[in-house]
Amino acid sequence: MKLLTAIIKPFRLDDVREALSDIGVRGITVTEVKGFGRQKGHTELYRGAEYVVDFLPKMKIEVALDDALVDQAVEAVAKAANTGKIGDGKIFVFPLEQAIRIRTGESGKDAL
Amino acid sequence: MENQIFELQYAIDTFYFLVCGALVMWMAAGFAMLESGLVRAKNTAEILTKNMALYAVACIMYLICGYAIMYGGDIFLSGIAGGPDYVQETLAASAEAGFNGGSVYSAASDFFFQVVFVATAMSIVSGAVAERMKLWVFLGFAVVMTGFIYPMEGAWTWGGKAVFGMYSLGDLGFSDFAGSGIVHMAGAAAALAGVLLLGPRKGKYGPKGEIRAIPGANLPLATLGTFVLWLGWFGFNGGSVLKLGDIANANSVAMVFLNTNTAAAGGAVAALITARLAFGKADLTMLLNGALAGLVAITAEPSTPSPLAATIFGVIAGVIVVFSIVAVDKLKIDDPVGAISVHGVVGVFGLLIVPITNDGATFVGQIVGALTIFVWVFVTSLIVWAILKAVCGIRVSEEEETEGVDIGECGLEAYPEFTKIS
Repeated sequence: MKLLTAIIKPFRLDDVREALSDIGVRGITVTEVKGFGRQKGHTELYRGAEYVVDFLPKMKIEVALDDALVDQAVEAVAKAANTGKIGDGKIFVFPLEQAIRIRTGESGKDAL
Repeated sequence: MENQIFELQYAIDTFYFLVCGALVMWMAAGFAMLESGLVRAKNTAEILTKNMALYAVACIMYLICGYAIMYGGDIFLSGIAGGPDYVQETLAASAEAGFNGGSVYSAASDFFFQVVFVATAMSIVSGAVAERMKLWVFLGFAVVMTGFIYPMEGAWTWGGKAVFGMYSLGDLGFSDFAGSGIVHMAGAAAALAGVLLLGPRKGKYGPKGEIRAIPGANLPLATLGTFVLWLGWFGFNGGSVLKLGDIANANSVAMVFLNTNTAAAGGAVAALITARLAFGKADLTMLLNGALAGLVAITAEPSTPSPLAATIFGVIAGVIVVFSIVAVDKLKIDDPVGAISVHGVVGVFGLLIVPITNDGATFVGQIVGALTIFVWVFVTSLIVWAILKAVCGIRVSEEEETEGVDIGECGLEAYPEFTKIS
């Protein structure tokens, strides 16, 4: 099993969710986050004084996946979140040791 | 018959005074909303506390001694209800004057109308010192400002007394219809003195001297507050005609309403365009300050300008206020809501344009009057702030400032259920 974590542009969230549903992913966790990458921040003007927005708002999605689905999921997220412009985000894949469904006690692949 | 008409006139003028006073009272709500919108969320509950508490303090202090200092009479307003023969005496005095329509209204309505002006002057201070001043120190200053500092300069102007027995502003041709100088610039002068001793908010100016913006938390509230102030200003200026009960005064009241409204409109449009040209964006906060600048500018004389002149005065005020806010910021005077520019700089401008349309006023009188009010309020405020600073400090701790004065001073938050991102 793998844990896929992706940082994406907030306005791409619906498309990413749909793309993951389409390949059979049955659950994702979404968090509103802030950060910077190559895009860095940007400056705004307020009452004539500049201020720098150092951290831009992004969405973090986390998906636990069976090994068989990983490549498809990475591809689906990469495609759905892509705008071709700087700041589209990143995908990270981690090994996942165990998963347990709390209600039934099922574990491993069955819990996903 | 004449007595009945006179009594009716008395009733109308008194009623008019009371309604206008109630409108001006509502400006306290306007200031509260404007200021709570332009500070950060973590300082909202404290600025609201300051706004309502200062209004209450102003009302009590003006009742105790402020009104007596400004207009004479006894402290605690004793005797304001009039003696047992009050009605007969008033009618006799009016008959003696040939029912000439001199100002006639209840003394209590006069107090009510005057007291809300004191509160307005004090409201101006709270915005400039927002986000970093101790609550109780601020209220301590409010006691002195509303009970002594403001009533003294009010006595020299509207009260008609000589300045320390030396010279009379009225004789020099000083005229300030509804208080561009007496109320607004006075409030700004007290605020400036406080800000100079208080210093800027933490993080406002960088180590290399760069100016950083600290955006306000709630612009819908700031906009609502500005509209409320605009509405209240009809009472502020309209009520300052002091009466309504005959054709000449009714016309004057109507002109004052018209000019007050159009000056605000001119200021708003001018500030919006100026901000767009200067910064590249239509800065809403500048638009709000522009409308208020138009209102402050016309306050010194809303009855004599033509509607076109009033609009132009408003436009000039709207341009001035944008550049003034930027300049004040460059001087490292941190004023979160722009009160010093809106009420102080434009207040002086309002005084200086009075002689253009009012033959009864002179430029010399206006300049001497502006200087008298400014020097008096600034110096006495500086002394009071300095004493407070020496005795107990006027600024919250750095830690409290970072966490927000809501928790530190009030023990509660304005928006406890909001997620904080930064």
